[in-house]
Amino acid sequence: MSDTLLQVNDLRLHYQTRNGVARAVDGVSFDIRRNEALVVLGESGCGKSSLAKALLRVLPRNINHFGGQVHFAGLDLMALNDEQFRKQIQWNRISLVMQAAMNALNPVVRVGEQVAEPLRVHRGWNKKQAMEKVAETFNKVGVASDFLSRYPFELSGGMRQRVVLAMALVTEPELVILDEPTSALDVLTQASIMNVLKRIKQEDGTSFMLITHDVATSSELADRVALMYAGQMVEVSDARDFFHAPAHPYSKLLMDSVPRLHQPEPPVHIPGEPPNLHNPPAGCRFAERCPSRFDRCGQDPKPITLKDRRKVSCWLHAGEGQS
Amino acid sequence: MSKAASALKAGQPSRQYASATAEAPLLRAKDLHTWFELRQFGFIRVGSVQAVDGVDFELGRGESVAFVGESGCGKSSLARTLLGLYQPTQGDVIFDGQRLSELKGKARQKYLASVGYVQQDPFGALPPFMDVRRLLAEPLIVQGIKDRKVQDQRIREVLKEVRLTQVDEILSKFPHMLSGGQQQRVVIARALILQPKLIIADEPVSMLDASVRVEILNLLRSIQQKRELTLVFITHDLSTVRHFADRIFVMYAGRIVEEAPVNELLDHPQHPYTQALLAAIADVHADNALVMREVPGGEPPSLLNPPPGCRFHPRCPHVIPGTCDVRDPHSLEPRPGHYSACWLHE
Repeated sequence: MSDTLLQVNDLRLHYQTRNGVARAVDGVSFDIRRNEALVVLGESGCGKSSLAKALLRVLPRNINHFGGQVHFAGLDLMALNDEQFRKQIQWNRISLVMQAAMNALNPVVRVGEQVAEPLRVHRGWNKKQAMEKVAETFNKVGVASDFLSRYPFELSGGMRQRVVLAMALVTEPELVILDEPTSALDVLTQASIMNVLKRIKQEDGTSFMLITHDVATSSELADRVALMYAGQMVEVSDARDFFHAPAHPYSKLLMDSVPRLHQPEPPVHIPGEPPNLHNPPAGCRFAERCPSRFDRCGQDPKPITLKDRRKVSCWLHAGEGQS
Repeated sequence: MSKAASALKAGQPSRQYASATAEAPLLRAKDLHTWFELRQFGFIRVGSVQAVDGVDFELGRGESVAFVGESGCGKSSLARTLLGLYQPTQGDVIFDGQRLSELKGKARQKYLASVGYVQQDPFGALPPFMDVRRLLAEPLIVQGIKDRKVQDQRIREVLKEVRLTQVDEILSKFPHMLSGGQQQRVVIARALILQPKLIIADEPVSMLDASVRVEILNLLRSIQQKRELTLVFITHDLSTVRHFADRIFVMYAGRIVEEAPVNELLDHPQHPYTQALLAAIADVHADNALVMREVPGGEPPSLLNPPPGCRFHPRCPHVIPGTCDVRDPHSLEPRPGHYSACWLHE
């Protein structure tokens, strides 16, 4: 399995809060191959942003439990201490574009210098070297090089998002994690940012993990789709299988709730609300909202492998599994 | 500006809308301009932000229309002008035969009571220190309904209408105790409680989760149809409009560039800007990841200093030099009932 870049097994991230333990990521397993884009889909509060934070170890202080296995290009990430992880992995080999990062640019530092920072900090490059690389990266994401010496307030939202993207790409990481990279942008800007991502994936062979709640956006990049619900992954499939023949009842309902521009059927909403992460129900967490629940749903569903790399956590498919 | 206005007017004979009834329209915007003066250091006039710049339209009774455009195209300024929150710089809004600018005192209050407003961010729209009962009683108190029994009855009715069924539980809750979907229902209830004729919903679902969105939109649509309200639905998301509006207006840089019934516009877009918008979004398909989207270069112009002629011409793939960059396009009718302000149709 030499082309597997990231292998995650039973990853857990629980937060300690005033109301008890919040199980934001609760036993998540998946893998990403080289030059593959995995989209993590889910409603807000399903733990998809926590998953990104767990992978890159940018964690808040109120951690109750953090564990599982993460292998990245043959390296056991969980065995590294924080210092090693920061030096070897963070930004050098895995980078992250956080949600609303474009609004977190330092307002009093020129954008070129901000983008050069990872190179100067993680690689120890001098300023001239770094700025040359930044100009090259700007070119790749569609920002003119005379923007290097501008301040964030001089740029539009779309341009700032490109700058943030350049910051994540400038060290040429093998994996880029993007958390809702286009959700605050206009339709046309969104489309052009997605174009940039597609081009980088084709030309540089970068792997992506794209986190979004928007099914339409997800289809613009996805090779594979992982659907999260209440801290767990309920389905991991190839994009074609997921979009055109979803297997989990939640996947099906989600696909029916997407408004379609060119289809006469109106979208249908999913009744109910996701469960509380502090005290998730026993058994299948979607059972309460599921139209096809039956007796067995009271037990925890195990992921069932339907075919190569397609996993569904639902008792309905219990008989179809491959061993 | 006046040239723009007259050009628009010349191209717009009084239109016949296929609205529910043959009555006079509920609301008419006539050559509406909302400009914001920009000053430096508080007194030097630098220019004007031309947020709404020569907009004409009519809304029939019981009709649901969508205004679609990117951020900064003036759609929210238009909403606020219709609500009477901004004074138009030029032109007027005529509601039920009355000019908005002439309404004073009691008459103005009556107008405000007949227009409901659903804000974008439900949590920001609800005062955090009022419980739901107080929140919903507030408009009634302002309109002089002080009897608690009457208030309670109206509040219960309207909560039922927005399908907040556990009324007793909801009444004593504060906004932060509600989920996003519930908050937006309370906002809608507040907009409905004075039994308005017109509801203006400014991006009512953009802050909500995907699965709740459809629910809220369905709710707004069903209330609109049941009460025969006029619904103005402001959005940047073209993919939701087909099922929730009858007619679409596409706005770009402060102007309406295209207008048609919803299916007509989505299936046969005429204006190059609308075509670009529709080309940028695709229905979910696994092949989407394999194709590059065609996106016009550049960004929407600054409304402080918009380009001459057609405002889309610097980005337009079909620009006609000498025409589009000089003369303001007026509204033409390339297909019956379908209006588009573009020189290509001439």
